[in-house]
Amino acid sequence: MLSIECPWCGPRDEAEFRYGGQAHVTHPDDPDALDDAAWGEYLFFRDNPRGPFAERWCHSAGCRRWFDVVRDTATNKMRPGTPAARKPVSP
Amino acid sequence: MATTRPHPAEPPARLWRNPEPKRAYDVVIVGSGGHGLATAYYLARNHGITDVAVLERGWLAGGNMARNTTIIRSNYLLDQSAALYELALRLWEGLESELDYDFLLSQRGVLNLAHTEQEVRDSRRRVFANALNGIDAQWVSPPEIAELCPILDVSPDVRYPVLGATWQPRAGIAKHDYVAWAFARRADQLGVDLIQNCEVTGFTTDGDRVTGVETSRGTIAAGRVGLAAAGRTSLLTDTLGLRLPLQSHPLQALVSELLEPVHPCVVMSNHVHVYCSQAHKGELVLGAGIDSYNGYGQRGSVHVVEHQMAAALELFPVFARAHVIRTWAGTVDVTPDASPIIGPAPVENLFLNCGWGTGGFKATPGAGWVFAHTIATGGPHPVNEPYGLERFATGALIDEHGAAAVAH
Repeated sequence: MLSIECPWCGPRDEAEFRYGGQAHVTHPDDPDALDDAAWGEYLFFRDNPRGPFAERWCHSAGCRRWFDVVRDTATNKMRPGTPAARKPVSP
Repeated sequence: MATTRPHPAEPPARLWRNPEPKRAYDVVIVGSGGHGLATAYYLARNHGITDVAVLERGWLAGGNMARNTTIIRSNYLLDQSAALYELALRLWEGLESELDYDFLLSQRGVLNLAHTEQEVRDSRRRVFANALNGIDAQWVSPPEIAELCPILDVSPDVRYPVLGATWQPRAGIAKHDYVAWAFARRADQLGVDLIQNCEVTGFTTDGDRVTGVETSRGTIAAGRVGLAAAGRTSLLTDTLGLRLPLQSHPLQALVSELLEPVHPCVVMSNHVHVYCSQAHKGELVLGAGIDSYNGYGQRGSVHVVEHQMAAALELFPVFARAHVIRTWAGTVDVTPDASPIIGPAPVENLFLNCGWGTGGFKATPGAGWVFAHTIATGGPHPVNEPYGLERFATGALIDEHGAAAVAH
């Protein structure tokens, strides 16, 4: 089980969290301007690196807030104090 | 007093050669798991293409093929899925004699349990869909389930009572390592080079065309390249700047100590979230869903194992004293619609077989059959035509989450 540092509640067990996938995927500014391929890219395509990955977690059994973390997908080491960590990302 | 010791037995004949890689092949397959080996075999058998290398970064069938839970079935809801997995099941049924290798295919049947009224409706719908697709399936009631699998708790006073199940008698299990070795031996006999300890690190290209692969043992030119690298597929396509709709997750499984034969079939439950069968040797083999986060570590979280064991005990109180012997995880590549991608890549001469998520083993011969066709002809077989990458732009998804054995 991962130990995940919630920026508001501190380190907690992974079981308290919900995974949100890649961070910083922004909604298209002008969705109507997108063709099908670009819309599909926004909906379905995410980075899948072996190594550092900026991702979202929700402390769903705690403060219920979303935050970002950089985790190494090979070692599961999480980088504490990620600059964006205290800044909830828009859903 | 001197004792004489018998000479050790001669090592058994090797099942395949261990050749040096040539500098060029007509076709290079990346990944020597079940899918890569089956593809190489059917390239040779069905299409006469024998100048083929299967490149493997570790040892043959040492990735997900060594880590799966060996279940074979074809009771899928959607027509596209039914066609693909039933093609595989029909091939499985003739494969031991065709490959001349007993890989212990045991068609002991699978029960997919329903624990809620909605699951009852969904399951019965799937039985009807299976019947329309010519796939054996029945709806069975709790007393019938008790006859098929006496150790399953079908009493009404448990937390999630079993309200019924679908039953596919032709489903079963096979010995996964033997399956790989059977394909490997035959592919080798047909002239395919199986090359282990040869990690593909990138591609050589000429404009928009792939012309070969860069490996830890040098550059190998290839007329066509087929990817069958499961969880690591997107790491390879990243080197081409090609993004795929894949997320790689740890998928855990575990086995118990050896027990007497007590469990006569395969039991799956989406609701309590576990599946279980008994291996030929006697271990209980248990699996459940993926871990939620992306990961390449080939290990998962303990709480996931705890949940699946709790679910197993809900169904099988008789297992309460069984000991866990091993847990492990594979790296599975999951697509947004829980169905695989099989078809040409948007780069010439490159072909994709990926995104099998948690269910690649059962499809092994079918996947090899249609992927070999796709590589040999440059276009999809009718069975894998709906499985192209373009569906993530057209929206023609094959959404099989609901009919998967255990949701992921």
